[in-house]
Amino acid sequence: MSNPNQVTKPGFWGWLNRRLPVDAFIKGSMTEYFAPKNFNFWYFFGSLALLVLVMQLVSGIFLAMFYKPGETTAFDSVEFIMREVNYGWLIRYLHSTGASAFFLVVYLHMYRALLYGSYKAPRELLWLFGMIIYLALMAEGFMGYVLPWGNMSYWAAQVIINLFSTIPVIGAGLVEWIRGDYGVADATLNRFFSLHVVAIPLILLLLVALHLLALHETGSNNPDGIEVKTKKGPDGPPLDAIPFHPYYTVKDIMGVFFFLTLFCVVVFFVPTMGKLFLEPANFEPADALSTPSPIAPSWYFTPYYAILRAVPNQRIGALLLLIAVLSFFFLPWLDRSPVRSIRYRGWIFKSFLTVFTISFLALMWLGLQEVSTLYVWLARIFAIGYFSFFWLMPWYSRWDPVKPVPERVTYHA
Amino acid sequence: MLKLASLVAILLVPSLSMAAEGAAEPAAPLDYQAWHAHNDVANLSSLQRGARNFMNYCVGCHSLKYLRYSRLGTDLKIPDKELQEYLIGPGETKADYIGTSLKAADGIAWFGKQPPDLSLIVRAREGSDYVYKFLKTFYIDTSRPTRTNNLMLANAAMPAVLSELQGVQEAVFRDEVVDGANTKVFDHFVLASPGQMTPAEYDDFVRDTVNFLDYASEPAQVSRRSIGVWAVLFMLALTWMAMLLKKEYWKDVH
Amino acid sequence: MSEAGSQTVDSPVDDSRRKFLTVATSATAAVGVIFAATPFIESWAPSERAKALGAPITVPLAKLEPGQMLTYVWRKKPIFIIRRTETMVTQLPAHDGELKDPKSSDSDQPAYTKNEQRSRRPDLMVMIGTCTHLGCLPKPHFDAGDPTPSLGPTWPGGFLCPCHGSRFDLAGRVFKGSPASVNLVIPPYSFPDDNTLLVGEDGTKQGAA
Repeated sequence: MSNPNQVTKPGFWGWLNRRLPVDAFIKGSMTEYFAPKNFNFWYFFGSLALLVLVMQLVSGIFLAMFYKPGETTAFDSVEFIMREVNYGWLIRYLHSTGASAFFLVVYLHMYRALLYGSYKAPRELLWLFGMIIYLALMAEGFMGYVLPWGNMSYWAAQVIINLFSTIPVIGAGLVEWIRGDYGVADATLNRFFSLHVVAIPLILLLLVALHLLALHETGSNNPDGIEVKTKKGPDGPPLDAIPFHPYYTVKDIMGVFFFLTLFCVVVFFVPTMGKLFLEPANFEPADALSTPSPIAPSWYFTPYYAILRAVPNQRIGALLLLIAVLSFFFLPWLDRSPVRSIRYRGWIFKSFLTVFTISFLALMWLGLQEVSTLYVWLARIFAIGYFSFFWLMPWYSRWDPVKPVPERVTYHA
Repeated sequence: MLKLASLVAILLVPSLSMAAEGAAEPAAPLDYQAWHAHNDVANLSSLQRGARNFMNYCVGCHSLKYLRYSRLGTDLKIPDKELQEYLIGPGETKADYIGTSLKAADGIAWFGKQPPDLSLIVRAREGSDYVYKFLKTFYIDTSRPTRTNNLMLANAAMPAVLSELQGVQEAVFRDEVVDGANTKVFDHFVLASPGQMTPAEYDDFVRDTVNFLDYASEPAQVSRRSIGVWAVLFMLALTWMAMLLKKEYWKDVH
Repeated sequence: MSEAGSQTVDSPVDDSRRKFLTVATSATAAVGVIFAATPFIESWAPSERAKALGAPITVPLAKLEPGQMLTYVWRKKPIFIIRRTETMVTQLPAHDGELKDPKSSDSDQPAYTKNEQRSRRPDLMVMIGTCTHLGCLPKPHFDAGDPTPSLGPTWPGGFLCPCHGSRFDLAGRVFKGSPASVNLVIPPYSFPDDNTLLVGEDGTKQGAA
């Protein structure tokens, strides 16, 4: 609904506002949208995620101008980009580093929600949109990794698609349908290209828009976990919140530049990050007759990979992998605590969260290692640590001795 | 870096020459896994020597199909005339990718498999150390069709093509119990007959060649790092300014 | 109890400092955006592959008879190579009055071809066979007096472009009445020996681009 004041404003701005709610949008989401003033370090990662999304779109669009999908052309076209396109090597490294940066930022962004209970009512839908974005991102990252058609690309596709064969009854047929051929082949590569470049980016943009709309409907949570909109000052605006513009625009821009500094260090000096971002096996073309050893997915998938490998039964392993990812969806309803933020939770919750954090990181490391008896047992122990955070929460969140929650947010200038 | 490598090589020479003379004291166990190439991709003269070495000894079987002669000339600052005379193969021009004259069918017939293209070998082996060690650890093995074997790649189909330079090595193994089973563990090399180069010279030869392959794996790496210095410095300055701006505005917030 | 936008009494808002910092940071960021955009814009320029494929081409001339034409491709463009007869060469100045630019002052050619015959050697004409109007391939009509209607009654020999009717002579010069306004473009070229033509390289920096 356009601001009636704008109808009479002269000039181009008035003309525009009588046809498009530009001023209303700026006021509603920036200059008169209030955010809690006590945002800390953990609150940078939302805007950083948006930054990385834009960077991936731009670098991806330019890569798609030179990349040629197809069994016989893909690998060569990536080397063409690296060696013969002007600054092609830079565009490629921006995209490969950006993929890992995306997951790092998103994991930290999700962790903030665990710390401060940002998934709790009334923000359940915000959390669910975020979780769907995470799923879409995993699909996007997986398919993007297949595109260079290196040896790891090929075998990663082989293994991950084979996971679907564990589904009872329809499994085998489903796998052939996904592949479009009797094995991972040209058909698989080409459809992954289309999904990676067109379909999932569009879905991601839609989901991000919904995620932001849901956020603006409820307003942000904050590190103290208390609602700021209820305490208003004498002239209207909330006491403990500040207009997003200029305060959070200026703060987020600072965060963006700091992030980009670290990003540049990686892109220009350690783009492979040892073996983590660009694996050595992927500098050899796909070879159906030679599996790389060791074989592992990218670091951002390895916690789930470790859980899969910890289970001696293929079907149950795949099921547990699925449950491990989907457990996040249930958090708003598993958490029975009256308190949102970890600052006011008791030792029980803090212990479970600590165990979860250590387990997630340990599983991530274990997933990158070669299989051994010791590592399998460790993965089982840490998998228990991982799952207990979620599935024991209905009980321990109720028994957890919480502290009284303050009236006003804690802020030190 | 070159000095350090030469120092290491020089330290190795006494032990090898002593073994060659059949000295009374046994040579110390050789920890070849700890060897490092220590090559410097920014060293143009090393790259130029490496390119010449590759054309003289490797291109007969191995292609560099993602690298063009023209790119090689520009990056290594080799003038067209020298490029044509010493590096470009017969029937090829400056614009061509570096190909090998060995046909795939012949390679399979003679060696059992086609010698792989080496454009990305250094990246595929996570650095230059593997190739460096590979070229230095060939030894006599009469059970193999090539009469040689290699410590980095067991039963390698590639023969010891550089033995005219390095000399012919014999490998001495010792018996050890590993995981409950008696196994033969590599102990040290013995130079059965010397090559045209001393061990120090051969070490330099391998380093230059591996350096060239490192460059070939990622020709943009030197400019990547030099642009990176400016990029990071610029971003640091920009971040500092943004911090000042943020602090100034946040004076409002209490 | 405070709101955003106000300060305590002892430190009023320093607007000029804010403005300065905002402008300085924005200007630096703008410079950063230009640096960041450069690789993407540069990536559209011809790649190393395009430049390599655009390397000079060698044309053997031994079998080219007088009055005949060869067409080769260099940098994706058709190159017309004509062995002109003596008559063709001597007749060139005769129709200068019918040409838009007989002295080639407005057209694109290397310095060594800025002469009456527009070539290094009078008997060999080298030019890019792309009509300077909108890029079609002009068709050869070498016979003087060729009866094709659109050529006109005093046709000395040359080219007719099928798309919009532009006409060029045997030195690539455009006739009056043609939609094209400049003479056909001449690429850099040289003769490594009498029977070989090298298109794309003439020993100068410009030629070897």
